[in-house]
Parts: sequence; C-alpha cells; structure tokens
Amino acid sequence: MAAAAAMTAAATMFPGIIFASEQEAGIPNGNLDWKKGPCRFCGVGCGILVGIENGKAVAVKGDPNSSVNKGLLCVKGYHQTMCIQSKDRLTHALVKKNGTYVETPINEALDLVASKMKSTIEKHGKDSVAMYTSGQSTIPEGYVASKFMKGAIGTNNLECNARLCMASAVAGFLTTFGADEPMGCYEDFDHADYFITWGNNMAEMHPVLFSRMLEQKNNRGAKIIDFATRTTRSSAAANKSILFEPQTDLAVGNAICYEIVKNGWVNKLFIEKHCNFSKGLTNMGYGMEDKYKFKDKPEKIDFDQYKAFLEDYTPEKVSKLAKISVKDIKYLASIYGDPNKKVMSLWCMGVNQHTRGTWMNNIIYNIHLLTAKISQPGNGPFSLTGQPSACGTAREVGTFTHKLPKGVVMNPKHRELAAKIWKVPVERIPAKPTYHTTEMFRAVDRGDIKFIWTQVVNPLVSLPRTSRFRPGMEKDSCFVVVSDVFPTPTTDVADVILPASWHIEKSGLYGNSERRTQHWDKMVEGPGETTPDAWMTIQVAKRMGYGDLFPYSEENHVEEIYNEYRQFHDGKKHGMAPLEVLKKESGAIWPYVDGKSTQWRFNAEYDPACSNGEVFHFYGKPDGKAVIWQRPYEPAAESPDDEYPFWLNTGRVIEHWHTGSMTRRIPVLHKAMPNAYVELHPKDATVLGIRNGEKVKVTSRRGSSILPASINERGLPTQGQVFVPFFDENMLINDVTLDAFCPISKEPDYKKCAVKIEKA
Amino acid sequence: MPIKSYLAYPQAGKKKELIETLTLFKDCEVIPAENKEILVIVTETQDANQEDKIKDKIEALDSLKLLTLVSGFNIPQND
Repeated sequence: MAAAAAMTAAATMFPGIIFASEQEAGIPNGNLDWKKGPCRFCGVGCGILVGIENGKAVAVKGDPNSSVNKGLLCVKGYHQTMCIQSKDRLTHALVKKNGTYVETPINEALDLVASKMKSTIEKHGKDSVAMYTSGQSTIPEGYVASKFMKGAIGTNNLECNARLCMASAVAGFLTTFGADEPMGCYEDFDHADYFITWGNNMAEMHPVLFSRMLEQKNNRGAKIIDFATRTTRSSAAANKSILFEPQTDLAVGNAICYEIVKNGWVNKLFIEKHCNFSKGLTNMGYGMEDKYKFKDKPEKIDFDQYKAFLEDYTPEKVSKLAKISVKDIKYLASIYGDPNKKVMSLWCMGVNQHTRGTWMNNIIYNIHLLTAKISQPGNGPFSLTGQPSACGTAREVGTFTHKLPKGVVMNPKHRELAAKIWKVPVERIPAKPTYHTTEMFRAVDRGDIKFIWTQVVNPLVSLPRTSRFRPGMEKDSCFVVVSDVFPTPTTDVADVILPASWHIEKSGLYGNSERRTQHWDKMVEGPGETTPDAWMTIQVAKRMGYGDLFPYSEENHVEEIYNEYRQFHDGKKHGMAPLEVLKKESGAIWPYVDGKSTQWRFNAEYDPACSNGEVFHFYGKPDGKAVIWQRPYEPAAESPDDEYPFWLNTGRVIEHWHTGSMTRRIPVLHKAMPNAYVELHPKDATVLGIRNGEKVKVTSRRGSSILPASINERGLPTQGQVFVPFFDENMLINDVTLDAFCPISKEPDYKKCAVKIEKA
Repeated sequence: MPIKSYLAYPQAGKKKELIETLTLFKDCEVIPAENKEILVIVTETQDANQEDKIKDKIEALDSLKLLTLVSGFNIPQND
C-alpha cells in the first residue's frame, strides 16, 4: 500500500512514469520464457511479451516496460499468436499445374519464381515485373525488396499497401513540413487538455491509445471531442460528438481557420517567423481514368490572400453544407483558439482515405500552425498510422514507386547515395516513378504488367473496386506470385504460393506511429518450409544473378540488413538507434541522437537537428518554414443521387485486423465478430422495410454485396449513409467501392461512394 | 512497525549509484522508475527510533538530491 501510494504520487507529477519491475513482481512465471517485441497488428505499436514453453508460444501479455502501452493490450493483441495454430496454415510452396496446386519443395518454387521473373524481363522489359509489399512487412523485408527492384533489376515497379492508408498523410507532411512523420510522440497524451479526433474511431482502431486518452479524461479532466460522420464507441466515450456530412471536413477545417483569423487568435509572431503561405491547383479530378496524371503547381500567396480565401468559409456558410450547427463550428474553433489550452488533433483513415486527403491533412496543419500549437508536449497535430510498420518500413525504407530509403528516385543526389550504399551503378536506378498502387493493378488488368509478386498483403480483399482487379489478376497475361501465411482470395489467383513465416517465427523490426523503431528476435520455429519474406526475396535475387548485392547470412540477415539500412538515415534529422539499443529497450524514437530519442521535432528545446537559432525550425523545408496551404472544399468523386441515394462508408471493427486473414482464424475473435454487416440508420431501415439481421443488398455502379443489416448495434450512421466493415472476404464490400483517389497522394477514398440499398 | 514510502530524487547522473547503495540497506526496498530519474523507497522498521535512523542514513547519501515522504503507516506489533 505504501509503495502504491508513492507510485501514484509519482504518476501525478510525472505523467507516463513506469515502474515496470513492480508490475512484473509477484506474477508467477512458471516455466515460460518471455520474449519481447512489438504487436503484429496496428500502428500503435504496443510492446508485447510472448511466453514460450517447449518451443511454442503459449501466452501473450503487454510489456510493462513499454512506454507505449505500459503493459496493456487490446483484444487482438492478447490473442495474436493463436492464428499460427490454424489448420489451413500455408506450410509448403504450392505451384499451379494444370489448374491444380501441387506441393513443391521451396527451392524449386523459388527457382521457378526467379526464372519466370528473369524471362519476363528479357521478353518484355524491366517494367513488366512488379512487387507489391506492405506496411506490415518488416524493415528488412521492405529494404531488400527496394534494393532488389530498384538497385538490382532497375525498375520502380515497387508499391505497397501503405499507399491505401497513409499516402495522404505523407503528402500532407511533405507539402506542409518537407519531412514525413509526426513531430510529437505518445507522451503528448499525458499533457493535452483536449483531444479532437477527426473522422476516426480510436476506441476500435487504436484502442490502447484511446485507453490513454480515457485515463487522462478520468484523472485530469482532459476532454475528448469526436468529430466524425457516424456515431461509434469513440463517440459514446467522448465529451462531445459532432457529426458532419461526408467530404465537408474540408469546409469545416477552413471554417475553423476563418474563426481563428477573425477572432484574432492567430499567433502572428509565429506565422511571420515560421510560416509561408501557398496555394495549388484545384479541380484536379479524381483519378478514375486509367493512366490519369496530375502534378500540382504550388504558388506563393500571402496572409491577406489566405484571409480573403477564408471568407467563403464562414461558419454560417459551412453550417448548411456540413449539416452541423454554427455553434459547434465556433466551439471547435474556440478550443484551438484558446492559447491556454493544449490541443491534440488525431486522425487516420477518415482524413487519409479521401479524394482530397492531402488537402485535408494540410488544413489540420493550418489550424495548428495559425495558433502555434505544434511541436510541444500535448500541443500538436498527430497523424495516427494504421499499420504496424507503415512508418518504419513503407515510409522510412520507401517501398513506393517514387521513393528510395532516403529521398526520392527523381533526385540525383538521392540516387547517388543509394547507388553508393547498394554498390550498384547509379544509372541502374531509374529516375522516373512508374505506377502507384491503383495504377499498378490497372496495369496488371491491361496486360502491361506481366509478373507480380505480393508479400504480406491481400489486395484482392483490400483494393478498392476489387470487381475490376480480381478478374485482372486472374488473366493469363500476368504470372502471379503470392507470399502469405494463410490462403486468401489473393492466393486463390496465384500461380505460385510461397509459405511465409509469421511474425514471431522470424526476427524483425517495425516502426510505429510515434517514430519508435522496435526489434524482436525470432521466438519459435515456423512449420514446414515457411521462410521469412526477406530471405525469399534474397534467394530469388541470388538466382537471378544478383547475389553479390545480397551478401547476407541466413542466420544474421536481419541484423546485417538493418546495419546497412541505417546508413541511409545517418544524422541528426533521422538517425536510427543501433541494434544493441533496440534489443535491450522497448524501442527507440528517431531521430536517435547521442544516445537519446527525439520526442518532439522542430522545437529547438527537444530536437538537436534544429539549427536556425530560433525556437522552431521546420528544417524539412529549405528556408526552415512550414507552409500554410490554401485548400478549398471540393465535392466527393461520387455523391448520392436519385439512383444510388446512400453514402457508403467502409472501415474496421476492433476484433479484426484488415482483411481478417489472421484474426478470423483466432476462434475467440471470430466468434465475437463472425461476419460483416451493413449498418443502417433506423429511420432509413423503416422506410426500406428492413429489420435487424435481415439480408440486404448493397449495390453501386461497380458491383454488389449481400450483408445482414445492423441497426442500433455497434455503430450508428447518419440518415442517408451506411457503413460496412471490410474484414470479411465472403462479403466483399470492396467489389462495391470506387477506385477514385487523391490526385496528389494517389490514396483511394474508401469512405465515400454512392450505393443503393434493398432487401436481398 | 512503521512503514513509510518516499520519493527519492537522485543527484544528476547518480540514479544508478543511489539504487546500488540503497539496495544494500537493511529495512529498505527500492523501486526505481524505468523512464524518469526518480525512485520509490519503502522502509519498514521495528520502531520510531529505527525509522529515524534509516531516514537519516538515506538523507546522508551524496547521491541523493531530495527525499520526500509520501505515506506512513504504523502497524501494531503483536508480541
């Protein structure tokens, strides 16, 4: 009791303090060997401890040493290792012969993959082959894929599913700050007075972080404001829920800026010293045509021009469009405008999966820049990441068509650096990006891509408009190689299926939302001939004659690859912690400088990379200044009309991760949420004569899906809107969605298209 | 039997030294924070006299910057 009293006293004075040894003491360990690592699932990056007994993973608990989750996990996290017991686990390579999958020794399968890739390149050129990886690939997996495609073969046909989740966030960071990833860290939760969530359901999508918000709400009176298009569990736990019409977040964000300017809440000194103003092109289109191209043309403006632009976004004008009250708009603005209140803005897919997602990210940054609420503990915008390593792998390693581990293919200096570290001729690395994800799968459908290898991803459930891309992948014109742990609709169309190791069956590194890199050692052996994806890539590369570029040992390849990769980020702006530190600690936040993690970037008090002698230095931009972007409201690519009168919104549920290939094989999670459903507003349901549980057909111009109705259960959409979670491959809602995307980021909009609803 | 808990702030850079020294003290349990420069100390002694002695001993340490009392309990001894 005495110890507890002292620890409680310490916690009130030092938010985020951890007394891990005390949490661990008294817990019976039995014969379990507890090994640390990050969770397999979301971008929170909780620290886990896996209990190993006789070579098997028998228990999972939260790591009390991790400052991310302090020993807490969510329902998926606690059960994650159970999926590897699944009876239909892929344990051996399968090669399609005469329409049947034949079990094949892995070396033979890899021989076939290599020879097919080589012959396709010889016959059709380097850009006829492609790789599609993942924000769930480990850092070494992403790195060798990048080196293989760009440094060895010499094609930029490398993309990943983070294009579908975080590309708008990246484009927002780069256009506003010139540098990717949040400037704050999770300790912000311990200091903020207000948490304003923009179109995201953190209670289900980032549950452990939401628990931290609730703790602050309960202990410190911090307030949670839920700004969303539907009522969710997050709304129920919030202090206030404000619902807006889909797409109008653009207008509401501008209205908040209007109020900040009008009421004199602008921090003028901060703006003068640290910000420029710009505008870009408008009426950009939505990318729905094949080979659509767009390049923005930034133009400098000044504060007066920006102020004049905001006159179209008075609360009174926006209120009608967004269907929210003037009072609520002014209330939101007043929170940001109060200089004595620390505010965190938090967002994820509602803002990113948006045909103007880059603009929406810019607008949230505008609010924080106008008020100078940025890069300080508890005070700043926080773009949450969805996947466990969309930051660490996809964005930092750069598994996108235009990216390199440092910088972009278009920049000669960045190509030179890559060529130097990879030991390849610089002219081998192509300077021109090829296909972003949607366009890559359109290219498969057109027959322009004749070989594709997917790893750690299930595109035939997760892509938008799967009704087009599934037949495209089934065509004979494309040889499809799929590495996965389980059979999925994507392995169903594969010519070769490679059996991948699952998470704890290999060593690896992930990077989470708060720039924390975490390492884990292999904990258990995988079954059969399962092999880590990085090693399979290396084996194919060797067979294609690139062995000298991949001189890594099988036993230590993760360590060797990480040490090579670290060279790209050397320096105060992005230094990565050495492996010895990551093995010992529950991760480290980059930039890791002189043995210390950098928690808040761009603020000279915390960030050793600041060098302009000022309090703030947005060193991602050449002049050290962030950009406030003038971005207007533009309507969605497809809005409800007489024929298709409902908005369709898609998303997730807490029980299932993404396409469900893992979590639906965990009995307790499958039982808790056995199938998808369509949420309807009760008044809409009454008009349509639909009762809870009845089969409903959801149809768009692209396809249809039949699902049971959910009325007044988990979530409540507004009238004229329906919501469907996408985890269920048997109720494929992405057959219905639209492949429109943000022209700048190329990220598709899964939250808005038009559908009709009828009883099935 | 007096039981007291304290928050102990080490001198800059001396957290490890303070932990190591306190660990050797009889009647004294040390619970260091993992991520802040602060320790919880719990003392359990026979009587008030012993309690004063251990507090003086702790306060005399060079590696200690500040000791603050958080809670105190006196559990009657059943002889």
